[in-house]
This record gives sequence, structure tokens and C-alpha cells, in this order.
Amino acid sequence: MIKKKYLKFQQDESWRDDLRKSMKNQDRIRIPRVKMKELDPNYRVHNHSEVNLGLTLEQALLESKRCLDCNNPQCITGCPIKINIPKFIKNIERNNILEAAKILKQTSALPAVCGRVCPQEKQCESKCIHLKIKNDPVAIGYLERFAADFERENNSISIPKINKNKKIKIAVIGSGPAGLSFAGNMAKLGYKITVFEALHEIGGVLKYGIPEFRLPNYVIDAEIDVLKKNGIKFIKNIIIGKTVSYQDLHNEGYKGIFVAVGAGAPNFMNIPGENLAGILSSNEYLTRVNLMGASKKGSDTPVFLVKKVAVIGGGNTAIDSVRTARRLGAEKAMIIYRRSKEEMPARTEEIRHAEAEKIIFMNLYTPIKYIGDEKGQVKQVCLQKMKLGDLDSSGRRRAIPVPNLTKILDVDMIIVAVGVSPNPMIINSFKGLDISKSGTILVNQNTLQTNLLNIYAGGDIIRGGSTVILAMGDGFKAADSMHKILNQN
Amino acid sequence: MNKIIKKEILSDNVVKLKIKAPLIAKARKTGQFVIVKLGKNGERIPLTIVDANVRSGTITIIVQDVGKSSKGICALNEGDEIDDLVGPLGKATHIANYGTIVCACGGVGTAPMLPIIKAMKKVGNKIITILAAKTKDLIILEKEIKKFSNKIIITTNDGSYGIKGLVTDGTEMVIKEEKIDLCITIGPAIMMKYVSILTKKYKIPTIASLNTIMIDGTGMCGACRVSVEGENKFVCVDGPEFDAHKVNFDEMIIRLNAYK
Repeated sequence: MIKKKYLKFQQDESWRDDLRKSMKNQDRIRIPRVKMKELDPNYRVHNHSEVNLGLTLEQALLESKRCLDCNNPQCITGCPIKINIPKFIKNIERNNILEAAKILKQTSALPAVCGRVCPQEKQCESKCIHLKIKNDPVAIGYLERFAADFERENNSISIPKINKNKKIKIAVIGSGPAGLSFAGNMAKLGYKITVFEALHEIGGVLKYGIPEFRLPNYVIDAEIDVLKKNGIKFIKNIIIGKTVSYQDLHNEGYKGIFVAVGAGAPNFMNIPGENLAGILSSNEYLTRVNLMGASKKGSDTPVFLVKKVAVIGGGNTAIDSVRTARRLGAEKAMIIYRRSKEEMPARTEEIRHAEAEKIIFMNLYTPIKYIGDEKGQVKQVCLQKMKLGDLDSSGRRRAIPVPNLTKILDVDMIIVAVGVSPNPMIINSFKGLDISKSGTILVNQNTLQTNLLNIYAGGDIIRGGSTVILAMGDGFKAADSMHKILNQN
Repeated sequence: MNKIIKKEILSDNVVKLKIKAPLIAKARKTGQFVIVKLGKNGERIPLTIVDANVRSGTITIIVQDVGKSSKGICALNEGDEIDDLVGPLGKATHIANYGTIVCACGGVGTAPMLPIIKAMKKVGNKIITILAAKTKDLIILEKEIKKFSNKIIITTNDGSYGIKGLVTDGTEMVIKEEKIDLCITIGPAIMMKYVSILTKKYKIPTIASLNTIMIDGTGMCGACRVSVEGENKFVCVDGPEFDAHKVNFDEMIIRLNAYK
């Protein structure tokens, strides 16, 4: 954690002081928030190229001037991993982009990833001082991405310094955002880290879940490469609890284990016809396309290439799925969501991108039955009309059925994106682990320790379906507390 | 990693591979499977572990050439390595002394049946195996099955070997002759469906080992889901073995054909 005093001390450094004096705040405020260039919707729906094109150096330099380097930077409190945001932005302002990237990496193992997929509008940017004067917040996420991309594109990737004194072995189970964040921070503290991954690729949900057009694989691989250079060992195709037991890890001298296996298991709605051919979970669909490259030439893994695709759900995964379907040739790519557009949990930016790509939004509908053809392939979905009722426990308005109002919609494929549940396979392998009713691992919220000695957990396995950055925040927090506790003994 | 130590050709399109995989060999239990993937473009294919040797650190798989990816695995030779191999996956077979077990296997389903027969025999069960195939050339592992069975009945659709008929004909013959305590069936989905219908008629508890489409094999994608007594189950983590009388085979067949 960054101490307030330390922040103040850094803010008082002379170069920061000079920068602040170089331009009046009222002039900084007048600069309009930067708009990131993106691929033309008509072009991008025919390929998997990244939609957001990043900032140019000129754009970044100008945007960095908008940050007032204020005395009490609330943006940091909005960041789950507490990145020193003003310091990296001011380094951009003084055109020391590589230094800005270094500062990001002091805290974040994956800045180029976070710059792309974090919901900054709900986190750091939501606390920006500009909002107090009804101005657009500083584009912190864009700048983060810019700095991380700049050092990669200029082949100047720096490797964070690590403390090489310690030899304690730590195991990480799962190589998704929580695991990578934990591994990166523990490596900096000097631990010998081994990350075990069940799949044949490192990256977890970043690889199998999030599509190329939102997060290209080369961006993830470059950040994983830095972790490898920090001495972190990655072992693929190993399932802890199956290939190797928890006891094996213990016997091999691992002094701490971080369980970051994700939530994993896809939910279904258990409505009639849901197991017809052509109905798949978003996990299956995205894994086929993203991890297995099913739409690429030469891939042995098949995927349905059809014209009418309906995705059930309103989260980021649903939007990722429907936009993927659009790119794979769906002329009618539809979102079916039981609440209105305002209640959709997906990021505003993703919804906006989807709209530009002519995704059809069927809000206030929910499927109640699927109808198949003579071969058992889904051909229609029966939709129940919904309306909004009172607020529920999540603070959103409840969706309630409108009696006797249904309609039939023709479809060629259905993708079910109604959330994920913890994967019981992993949990069952740790005997005696305390589990919640919903199947998540129970942890001490301050330390992320489980009830078993030296086993910590973070990410979706303690949260249910959540976000990349909250998972990374857990990795950060667990590293901090594991380090403290290991050093007490 | 995952080097092929020995290759044996069992029939025209079925090969047996012994692979160096010490961790899997050590952890594996009867009835579990591995996922195999070849090259950058390969599919992830589930294959039952037919045998394992902890001392030599090897596992044995049997593969039938049924498509692009399995063809690639069949074409591997001794000394080649398998790029990605992960396991053991799925739940282990519940091994116990039931009494008399009839094992109804068809085609390449004989391969996953072999370790179950071995283990069931070892704990004192009487094993009667029905070994079925379309034609004589497709009968595999006859010698090995014989070794661990008290009785073996071979059936072929065309009568080229053993009795002319289907696996259900052989199974019914046995059921009529003696008291059967358990039936285990492994083979094409349609075959398991009819074995299940038959044994239900005679009220014989039956286990089927299912071979649905899978991607990750760890409960993440849901491609392998089947209805068991109306409830969604994932073959990769809840199975592969289920009470055959509760499995919706018609739905499973539809889903198996989804990408054909």
C-alpha cells in the first residue's frame, strides 16, 4: 500500500513541482478529454483486429496535461491495486514514457492488459477531481495502455527489480489475472514462484475468454514474458488435485499456495430444450474461438458459422460472445437480456462498440423454451416479455414477466452467457477447505487466507464471476499478506 | 515430454500407444481419461487411460482414427512426443465386488472397458464380456479381455466372427442364462442406448461410460453436458460413468452429431 506521506513526498519532488507550475490549472481543465481512435465498425466486423487503436504520443502528452496532479489524488483509492496514478501520468507529461511504464509495473503485473479491460469509469476515473467540476475525468486507462504499449512497441520493456535473497518456494494454481498478479508481486519480493496451469496456454480467462479484438494475445504474452524474466516458472497441463495433489506440493517444499483457479463452470438456465445441438455456453463458444482458434484456417476445432445468433445475458462475456459471432459472419447477432439496457452489467464502452457493430439488443426478454428441428438442432427460441419491478438485492430493478406475452424468434445458434459458478473439481481436491453455500472458497477478507494453513485464494474462486482487475487486486493483496505472515515465522 | 515409448497397431484404424507420463501414471485410477492435443492447431481430445505403469512411468491409450485429429494421433510413431497431455481427468470407476458383471462393449469401446474388467476381476467379480464389432477385423484386445474374463462372447454384425448379431443379442443370451448383478457398457452412444433399454427390461443395474464432445475436460465449457434423470451433468467432471438407465441417450446422440 502507498502511504499518504510518501505520496506527498513524491508529489513534492522538484520535477513534479516544475510541471505543475508549467501550466495553469484553468488551462489544464480547458483541454477536452482525448478520444481514442477505433477501427471503423463496417471494417472491423469482418476481422478480429483490435478495435481500440490506442493513443498517439501527441494525444497522450496532451491528455497527461489534463491531470492536475492534485494534493489528494482520489484516483489511487479507486484502483484495486493502488497504482501510483499521478506519478505515471506526470512522467508521460514530461515525455518520460518508459519511466511511466516502470511505475505501472511496480504495482501491476499486467498494465497493457488492465489498460484495455479494466472498467476505469467505475474505478480510478470515477474518483477524478475533474468530475467535481462536472468535467470529463482524465483518461487514466488510455494513458496506462499508452505507456505499456509504448515500451513494448519500442522494444524497451523493462524488467522489474526483484529481491533475490529469498529462496522460499511458493505455488500458484491457475495462470489467470489473479495468479499472474500474485506471482509478479511475490517474485519482486524474492520468492521462487511456480505457476501451475491446467490448460495448454498461460493466461487463463485472458486467453480463453476475452477475444482478440478486445485484448490481443501478443499483448498478454509480452506481459507474461516479463514475469518469466523475473524468474517465475510456468508449468502447463498440470491440474493440482488431479495430476499432482496438494500433499505432493507440500512434500516438494512449497511453503505457500495461492489458489487462483477462477470460477470456471458455466451456468445454464435449465429450461426446456437447452441441450439441443447449437446451444452452447459462452465459455465453450469463446474457448473454441479464442483458445482453440476454431475460426482460423487450419484449426482442427470446429465452430458453428451461422447467420442468426442469439446470446442470452447482459454482461461483458455476453457482449464478447455476440461481437465474436458477428465477426464470424452472423448477420443477425442478438443480445437477449431480461432487464433494460441501463441495467446491463457490461461496460458502457463495450455496449457502445456493439451498437456500432449493428448488434441487435432485445432487452426485457428472457428465453423460456428452445425448439429444435427434426435433427435436434435449435431453430427457434420462445421469449417471455419482461418488465422492470422493484429494486433487488443488487440494487438493480428486478425483471418480472408480463403475463401472456411471449414471442418466437428464429435462431441458428444460442450462446448462454448467464454467469459462471466455482468449479467443484478444484475445490474437492483440497480436503477440509471451507466453502461457501455458492461454492466459493471462504477466506479472511483482509489476508485472503483460507482456513487451511498457508493456503490463500483470490479471484473468481472467492468472488464468483467478477472482473480481471478485482482478481488482480486479490493477487496483490494475497502476496502482501502471505509475505508478511511468512516473515513473522 | 510425453514421449511415445511403444506403438502397436490393433486393427485397420486403431492403434495402441504407450506414453511416458510419470505424473499421470502415478495419479491415475481406473476409468479416468486424459486430454491429448497435437500441434498448434490440434483439437483437445479425451481418451481413456487403458493402462498405467507407475514404475516405468507410462500410460497406455488406444485411439481410433475417426477424424482429422485422431488421425494425427494414430500417425504418431515411437519416439515422437505429444505436445499437450493432461490428466488424469474424470471420476474413477467404483470398484467393488458386485457378484457377476456383464461387460458389454462395442468397437473401440473395448479399450476403456479393459481396465475396468481388470480391476473388477481383481476384487473377485465374475466377469462375462460381450465383445462386439461390425466385422471380424474390428474386434480388438480379444486376448487381453479373455485373460481377465471368466467368459467371453464375441458378436459381429456380419457374422464374420463369433455369433452373428449385436452386442444386445450377446447380452440377452447371458442374462437369460444366469443371474447378473451389474452391467457395464461402453461403446457408441446408440449401442449403449440399446444395452440400457435391454437391461432396464431385466432390472439389471447398468453403468455406461460416456464419450461426449469435450474441449477443456475440466468442467469449464459445458460441451459435454448430458441429462441424467433430467438434471444437467458434465461428463468430464461428474462422469464419465453414469447410471445408464437415467441417461438421456437420444439427447446425447444429437449433441454428439452437432458438428458433423
